[in-house]
Amino acid sequence: MDAFTLISRAQGSYVRSIDDGPIEDWPEHFADDAFYKVTTADNHRRGLPAGVIWANNKAMLKDRISALKEANIYEPHSYRHLLGQPAILEESEDGATSETSFLVVRITGNGPTDVFASGRYLDEHVFVDGTALLKRRVVVCDSTRTDTLLVLPL
Amino acid sequence: MSEATTTMAAREWPQALSKVPYWVFQDAEVYRAEQQNIFHGPFWSYLCLEAELGEPGDYCATFIGEQPVLVTRDFDGEIYAFENRCAHRGSLIAMDHYGHAKDFTCVYHAWTYNLQGDLTGVAFEEGINGKGGMGSDFCKRAHSPRRLRLANVHGLIFGSLDNDVPDIEDYLGQEILDRIERVLGGRKPVVLGRFTQNLPNNWKLYIENVKDSYHASILHLFFTTFGLNKLNQKGGIVVSESGAHHVSWSAINREAESGEHYKDQKIRSDSEYQLEDPSLVDSFSEVGDDITLQILSVYPGFVLQQIQNSIAVRQVLPTGVDTTDLHWTYLGFEEDTEEQQLVRMKQSNLVGPAGYVSMEDGAIGGFVQRGIAGASGEFATVQMGGQEAVSSESRVTEASIRGFWKVYREAMGFSIEESK
Ligand code: FES
Ligand SMILES: [Fe+2]
Repeated sequence: MDAFTLISRAQGSYVRSIDDGPIEDWPEHFADDAFYKVTTADNHRRGLPAGVIWANNKAMLKDRISALKEANIYEPHSYRHLLGQPAILEESEDGATSETSFLVVRITGNGPTDVFASGRYLDEHVFVDGTALLKRRVVVCDSTRTDTLLVLPL
Repeated sequence: MSEATTTMAAREWPQALSKVPYWVFQDAEVYRAEQQNIFHGPFWSYLCLEAELGEPGDYCATFIGEQPVLVTRDFDGEIYAFENRCAHRGSLIAMDHYGHAKDFTCVYHAWTYNLQGDLTGVAFEEGINGKGGMGSDFCKRAHSPRRLRLANVHGLIFGSLDNDVPDIEDYLGQEILDRIERVLGGRKPVVLGRFTQNLPNNWKLYIENVKDSYHASILHLFFTTFGLNKLNQKGGIVVSESGAHHVSWSAINREAESGEHYKDQKIRSDSEYQLEDPSLVDSFSEVGDDITLQILSVYPGFVLQQIQNSIAVRQVLPTGVDTTDLHWTYLGFEEDTEEQQLVRMKQSNLVGPAGYVSMEDGAIGGFVQRGIAGASGEFATVQMGGQEAVSSESRVTEASIRGFWKVYREAMGFSIEESK
């Protein structure tokens, strides 16, 4: 399969794990030594390193999931991700880099569908056994604002 | 007496510091009076870090309450602040949160201001071909935006819109100054990231939450769930003399640690869940002492936070009766090693809008705001640890919340009920 198809398949599966579950599948879209960060366009532009979520391995991503399932307290809510087509920036046999825009709406409790986040994924993928795994995903949110809290990953 | 003060005097506030009427979180008239009596009043509000204005020409557009203000560093090296409102017809003078400029030109009709906020130029002041223009009685010097009083506390820039504000040293008191110095003294902070959280509640509900050391181990279950609590910590609450400011702290207890049973008790080993990467909580002594947590608030809306090696400042800005902006600035320091910066990055997961031990605070104010709808005649009960607003060795107390209300109710000019 070509890079575009591999990445598209992986992203479809990625958003499904968050939006429809099981959420435990979400970290499985990453390589063991993956880097994942959620930041803002403003921080990204200024080269500021911190994130609202910051992980430099897959174990930290699994901890995110067990924390939201076992420890953190919040009102039940769900997301729906809408992704643009991935723009493939570089590709080889073993992997690719890409950018994909996203829009995420959130439904909290029995509230309305609210626009929660928009932005782009800056990605590095590795191709392993016919699937694309994320080696690096920087989630750059367009706005500097987060409404109330961010529990589920983007 | 301002108009806001007169209308507030018609409202009765309970004599006991342990009763807080719910209308104070709900009433639009109260909200408007706060802008006058608190945010334009004789108090110091945090504006930005000195380190964020490193070069002459650097500026920060921020707020005191709803009032837009502009903080600048001029070419003389000094920091200035003035209202961010054009003296002509009121447009914002600068819009970028952080930017760099030699001077400011209002986009509407190009009135120009220098970095100290003096009006230096008026477009078409002389008119065109001798027609139009400003009258001869117009004096630029009489039309500059209002300047703020400024104070620099270990690199934290505070401003006040009221010239009668006490000196910052008297305002904070020695204990609070010492605790700020403990974290920031002699160090140059480096900004690691900035995040804004929209809170669905009145600003005072977030302030109560910050000052509430009672809720921490109950609402935030991250440390408990993963067995990361140290059982033998010591700590306490400092309430400043006026009641306005507070510090909540905890530290490793060396005495208990050297005791025989310590090894067995150090970590709750009965916890069902473990972190897959427990290096998240590996930390270093932040300033060479045993204090692992220090939450410090300065009235009305500033927080300096040390949670292990996660250092941040928080600025609380009301944006409506039931909406608040919480601005987080995550900090490291110039002398941090690479390893130390890595620790700070990992521990940034503890705080902010997605923080393991802070995300609940983003929602809890909204739960209260929704819970008290229809209860404007009722009262919150704040009597944990007694009725006073004083320091204590126990953190199971609401003393610093009582301190906040003590200062607040006086600043607002409510009538205090006669005691029965
Ligand atoms: S409003 Fe600023 S120049 Fe007119
Ligand atoms: Fe909290």
